[in-house]
Formats: sequence, C-alpha cells, structure tokens
Amino acid sequence: MTATQGPATSHDAQDDDITLELRRRQLFGMTGALLATGLVGGLWPGAAQAEIGSLPNTEQGAQRGGSLDATVHPEPPTLAFFINTSTPGRTVVSKIFDGLLDYGPDLKPRPQLAESVEVSPDGLTVRIKLRKNVLWHDGKPFTSADVKFSAENVWKQYAPFARRVFQHLSKVEAPDSHSIVLTLAKPTPVVLNALDVVAAPILPKHLYEGTDIPNNPYNNKPVGTGPFVFKEWSRGSHIALERFDKYWVPGLPYLDKLTFKIIPDVAGRATALETGAIQYGERNPVTFADADRLAKLPQLTLDTAGYNGFATVLWLLPNLRDPILGNLKVRQAIAHAVNKDLLVKTVWGGYARPATGPVASQVSSFYTKDTQQYPFDTQKAQALLDEAGYPKKADGWRFKLNHDFIPFGDDYRRTGEFVRQALRAVGIDVTLRALDLATWSKNVFADYNYQLASSWGVNWSDPQLGVEPLYWSKSESKGTPWTNASGYASAEADRVIEAAQTEPDPAKRVALYHELQKIVQRDLSQINLFEFRWFGIWARNLRNVTDSFNHSQSNFARVWLDAKR
Amino acid sequence: MTKRVLRRLLQLLGVVLSTAVLNFALLKALPGDLVDVIASESGSVTADYVAQLRQMYGLDRNAFEQLLSYLGRIAQGDLGFSFRFGEPVLGLVLDRLGPTLALVGTALSLSVLVGVLLGIAAARRPHGALDTVISALATLGYSAPMFWTALMLIVLFGVQLNWLPIGGLRDVSAGHAGLRLWLDYAHHLVLPALTLAIYYVAVYARLSRASMIETLAEDYIRTARAKGAGEARVIFVHALSNAVLPVLTMLGLQSSALLGGSIVVETVFGWPGLGQLSFEAIKSRDIPLLLAVLLLSGVLVVLTNLLVDLLQGQLDPRVRARLAIGGQVQAADAAEAA
Repeated sequence: MTATQGPATSHDAQDDDITLELRRRQLFGMTGALLATGLVGGLWPGAAQAEIGSLPNTEQGAQRGGSLDATVHPEPPTLAFFINTSTPGRTVVSKIFDGLLDYGPDLKPRPQLAESVEVSPDGLTVRIKLRKNVLWHDGKPFTSADVKFSAENVWKQYAPFARRVFQHLSKVEAPDSHSIVLTLAKPTPVVLNALDVVAAPILPKHLYEGTDIPNNPYNNKPVGTGPFVFKEWSRGSHIALERFDKYWVPGLPYLDKLTFKIIPDVAGRATALETGAIQYGERNPVTFADADRLAKLPQLTLDTAGYNGFATVLWLLPNLRDPILGNLKVRQAIAHAVNKDLLVKTVWGGYARPATGPVASQVSSFYTKDTQQYPFDTQKAQALLDEAGYPKKADGWRFKLNHDFIPFGDDYRRTGEFVRQALRAVGIDVTLRALDLATWSKNVFADYNYQLASSWGVNWSDPQLGVEPLYWSKSESKGTPWTNASGYASAEADRVIEAAQTEPDPAKRVALYHELQKIVQRDLSQINLFEFRWFGIWARNLRNVTDSFNHSQSNFARVWLDAKR
Repeated sequence: MTKRVLRRLLQLLGVVLSTAVLNFALLKALPGDLVDVIASESGSVTADYVAQLRQMYGLDRNAFEQLLSYLGRIAQGDLGFSFRFGEPVLGLVLDRLGPTLALVGTALSLSVLVGVLLGIAAARRPHGALDTVISALATLGYSAPMFWTALMLIVLFGVQLNWLPIGGLRDVSAGHAGLRLWLDYAHHLVLPALTLAIYYVAVYARLSRASMIETLAEDYIRTARAKGAGEARVIFVHALSNAVLPVLTMLGLQSSALLGGSIVVETVFGWPGLGQLSFEAIKSRDIPLLLAVLLLSGVLVVLTNLLVDLLQGQLDPRVRARLAIGGQVQAADAAEAA
C-alpha cells in the first residue's frame, strides 16, 4: 500500500489468507474468471503486492501539464457546498476552493489559507493568521474580511457543519487584513478538527455581501481561491475546471485541466475506465467485481488509501421505542446472529472490515478496540432470545421485524438481505422494505416509524462530528437526519459526550471518547457491523492522489501525470 | 381545419392545468420532501437548520397555498426555481430538451423507416422464409431488455471494436468546434439511438406487416395490378399510403412514451436527457422541476398528435374529410351504418 496506511500486522496477514480462501471458493462458484490471487492479495496491507496500490506519493520528478478526465458520481445537485455538503459536491468544490486548514492522512492539520491557528489556554480565543498573496479567481485579493464575512454570514446561517461546530462562536474580529480572532463563549476543541474547506467554507465577500446567499448566481459558477478555476458545468454531461495560474503556491497545480464527466451508470463508469475515456474515479466508482477486474489492467491502479477522515461505518439502528428492540438481550442476539466476517467478504467483496464499535479504526487518534464484542454465535443468539422472552412459536418464528435499508445502491440492499437471512436463521421473521431516500429519511429520522434500519454513517475526523449526534440524548431531534433516532438516552453517555465537547486537554478528550465507545458498544443502541474500505481506481501514471485525510475533498494541487510511466 | 387546430391548441391549456394539479397532488402524497433529501445528503445538520430550509423553500406552508402560488407563477410564465439544483427550472429543462429530442427523434425515424421496410418485405410472402427471419429478429429485438441490448452494443462497438464512444453527449476534453463538433455529437448519438431503435423497429415491423397483408388483399390493389402498374408502384404508392395509417397512429402514441421512457438508455449512455432529469426530480421531491418536465412533455405530446392527425389527413382523403366536417362526422357515420 502507500505510505499513508498504517503498518501491517501479522494479524492482518492472517486475515488475508482466510479472506483469500473464502473469496476463491465463492468466486469459483460464481465466475472463476474473476479470480486473480495477485489481485486479491493487494487489497489489504501486509499482502504481497506487485501490481496493486498506486505508486508512492511523491512530488519528485513532478512535471507540469496534462489534463485529467475524471468522473464524479452521482452528479452533484449543486455546487453550493456551504448549504448542501453532499460528497460529490465536495469532490468538485474542493478543487475550486481552499479551506483555512487541510488535514493529512494522519488527520493532523496542514496550513492552507491559514498559516497558523492558535487556541488560548482557556480554549476561548482562536487566533488565525492568514496567508498573504492569495487571490480569488477573479483577481481580487483574499483578506480577513472574507473570513469574517463567511464566519458571520455563512457559518452561522447556512453551513451545516459549521453551525454545529461554531455554535458557541460569539465574536469574530479582524484586527488587520490578515488576522482573525474568534471568540468562543465556551471552549470548543473540535474547532481545530473542522476548519477544512467544506466544514468551514470561505466565500468571497465581494461577490456575496448583501446578496441572497442561497440563491446567489455564483453558487453554481463558483469563484474560489483553490488551484482550479471553474470553467463550465453542462448538467448531465460534465464539469470543466482549468488550472489557476495565480495560485498561491507558485508552480502549482501541476495539471492544466481537470474535467469531471458525469456517467450515471455503474457499468458505464467501468467501461469508461477500461477504455481510458476517464482516468480517475474515487469512492467506489464501480462494482466490487469490476474493481477486481480493472485492477488487473496494466494501465490502471486501485487503492483504498486516503479515507481516514471519511471513515464510514455501516450500522443497524434498532428503534428502542419498539417493545421488542427496546430489550437489550434482543439487540445482543441480533449482534451475535450476524456473521460480520462473511458479510464483508461476500456482499462487500472484501472492501470492508468488521467494526468493533462506533468509531472506525481508521480514525486512529480516537479509536479504541477495547470494547465489548459480539462474535458470530447463533446458539448464543437463540439463547438470548429465549431469555428475552421470545421463544420460537409453533410456526418457527419468534417475532416479526421490519428492516428498512438506506437506498444508496445494490450493496446496501444486499446487506439487508444478508441480515435478513442471518436473523431468520435464529427465528426472527424479517421483512425487507425498499424505500426511496426521501421516504426512508422521513420514516427513520422524522417519524421514527421503523423497527430496524440500516445505513452508513461517516465518522468524519472527530467523533464529535460524526459519532456524538447518534448517541447524545440531547441531539434527538425529530425531522433532523443523522441525529439520535433510536431513542437512546443514557445519563452516563451524555456525561462523557458533554465533557468531551469542552475538554481542552487533547489527551483527556481522547480518553473521554474511549469511554464513550465502551458505553455505547455495551448498550447497543446501534449495532455497528463494519467499516468501509473505500477504493478509488485511476490511471497508473497519476501520482500523489491519496495524500489527504479525505480523498473525496483533496484539492489536487499536487497531483501530477507521470509521463515516464 | 383551422378550427380543429385551434381547438387542439386550446386543449393544451387543459393539459397544462391538469398536469400541474394532478402531479402536484401525487408528489405531495409521497412521504418526505426536498428538505429531507438535502438534510440526509449533508451528513450533519441541526433542527433549526432544517426548519430554516423549509421556510426558505416555502415548504412550511400548507399544500393548497403552495399549489395556488405555483399555479399563479405558471400563469405568469414562470416555471419556478429548483432549490435542489439552485437554478431556474426553465433553463434546466431546456438544456435537456435538445439531447432528448435528438435521441428520440433519431430513434423513432430510424425505427419507423426500417420497421416499415421490413414489414413490407415480410408482407410480400407471408410465412415465407424472409417473413420468418424478419419476425424472429423483430421478436428478439423487442424482447431483449433495453439495458442488456445497450450493454452488448457497448461491449461490441465501444470496447472490443473501439469504433464508437460509449457514453456522453460529446468528447468534452477534445474541444471540437463547428462541423467537427456536430459530427462528434452524431458519433455519440449512434449507440443510444440504435439501442432505442432496435426495440421499436420490432413494433413497426409487426404493425406494418399486418396492415400491408390486409391492404394487399384489397380490390383496388388487384385493379391497380390489372391496370398494369409495376410492383414498386403498387406497393409504395397504392398500398403503402393506406397501410401506413396504423403505423402513424402508433407513432403518435409512442412519441409520448419515449419522451419520458428513455431513462434506461439515458442512464446507461450518460445521455443528459429529460428522462434522467425527471427521475432525479422524483427522487429528490423537486416539485417545480418535475412539473416543468411533465408540462413540457404534455405539450409535446399534444403537438405531436396534432401533427400525426394532420399527416393522416394528407395521406387519407377520408380522414381529411372528417377533419374538415368535424361534428358532422358522427351523423354521416350513423347514416353509413344504417
């Protein structure tokens, strides 16, 4: 793998052998032609890999020039990323805008528009020094006025992440043209982990001041400070970007042109990669079977690196208001009944790992594996269900259960089918319900009209952003997606969550989140099944792609085409 | 005639109004709204933010008020604003109209032309060898799922032979202009249009075969042959103008189905047409956008059918007479029947 992934352990290597064996058997059953041992081995750290994994991230020998045809899927509905923060939108706007900070694969901050960010010892003042000689794409200079305007008018009003992160922001001052001082009513240590381009968007004051911001005409023809200039967006066809010649890093970006083609069909994306019509696709652009096939082609490369800040967990959400699922023993039984290893190997083609708790292991700064585990054990599951007072009835079933899966594609439906099969094996008669996103979201998050739901959730780079809302009793809010919808309310969890919100000492804050992981993994208000291993596929000669905390929002200034390869 | 056309145009008004009201009601009956979708996509929102979005988009008012204000805006020629896309609806729809018309137009003309020719060829010797082959092929083309046909064409012409582009409207990074650009469009149109046409050729071949067999048995054909008219003249002049009438009727009907029904082809080939746009609008509960697409389709269907009627009048004097007389036709029909 690349330098950005953690060191392999012998444990990993062992896993790989099992994986390989299982895959081999399954694949021979389905289509033997898809199998290639060299290929499968490369997907996991520790396995021998001659052909898989991108070339190491480096700028050595980097050449300027070339154009890159990429794909973004699905097409972003809008480029107003400060209102709709959908991931495809992030992919595009992150090339056009820079943020105050960027983060590395280790989730540590890297200066971008901010040269430095200092937090006072009491945690109430954040001093930001801005970079000089940064220009907007229309030639106007970038100053502290832009940041002040954005903080006061965009963060507090529209940006969904910033509204939460900066809820205690009481004052924004600009002592000089390149300094910003944020005053907080309460210490908010999460701020330091949320100053990236999407979480804390910086818009050009001269184009947005005094306008109707959500309907500003520049929303869909953005003017930013990033390495690429927006040229055109032909809806349904493509979004074209070109190199910004006056980017604040002289000589960057390397690429002259960056075009995102819209290819709605998953098979179409695979063919486009195969024929070279596009040379870059990320965040699982093709099916797992096609990924295995494309990774074998000499001109392409497959990599799972670069997603530590986009770590994603797939979970089952039991509705605790339901008399059956409100019973902890039933939830424990469900957790024991699902064979997570088999699930990730069959349904997810090996592009996932069983989860140990609500925080994915990729978020290494906050993760602990020291939580209660529920190994696959159908006998134990049956025993727990008996104990809970749900013995098998004459018809062989213990009770009926609806399962609503998030309609994000076939993989999620098949996950639902896998869970249905697993639960039927222990006597739970599961009905799968296929709904569209609007209906699913309303049922789960607005009406709480569900029994068992399944969905993915992104951790983001700080548990406060992606984990807290799912467990904090005070985040329960009818009609608000991605808040606590299970009805979980634990004084113990609330105490830890609230302490972490204001704990200025990073080490103590991490300890609090370790404690939280233990509590919620014991209480099972959410059954965490597995962590994603997002993959991207791109031309083998495309260098420096994964050097980011979130591959889906890296600015591509340092990405280059290696003519020698 | 003119009166008839005018009446048809008046019908348009009714179509517009009923499309708006009916579809508005249908969409409102679906659970969830645009804000649910946007909030779900964002990954992190607060309750007051959701409320603020609803207020911003006017979704906090009751459905009746929303409908009235929508109708009011249509009356002023304003199709509304898509909050989902952050753009006026009119531009979004017009952008997709060209590609859709190009795709549907090409596919329909191709399938009518080829279908009718195949139908004629098959009708000349019913149950002969040629007829059997044509019927078999037609059945195959009709019964193969469209996405399968599309993928097979892509694999053959796009990947294996590498003759044709596999998707998109044009080669966006090539920067063609002028004639080269139009040729590039045409090049990209081949596979999607072919996929659609393969399906519809079958319909027209079967239809024109049946109708041709019937017509060729008519007395006036025998008369024409007895007069010494050549085979080509008999078929293409005497028989075809009668035999083609049901085909035209079908064409009028199918033009409507095709406008919205090419979602599969548009998706597989990344063709930015109306089908995909309306699908997206339904999924995201983007009411103004969906209504605009449906309104436009409604208008196009009425216009196409008007055109088909006029064309039939040109081909068949009986129809022309009926069009001219209008209301008196029923009386005449009744008399004939008696």
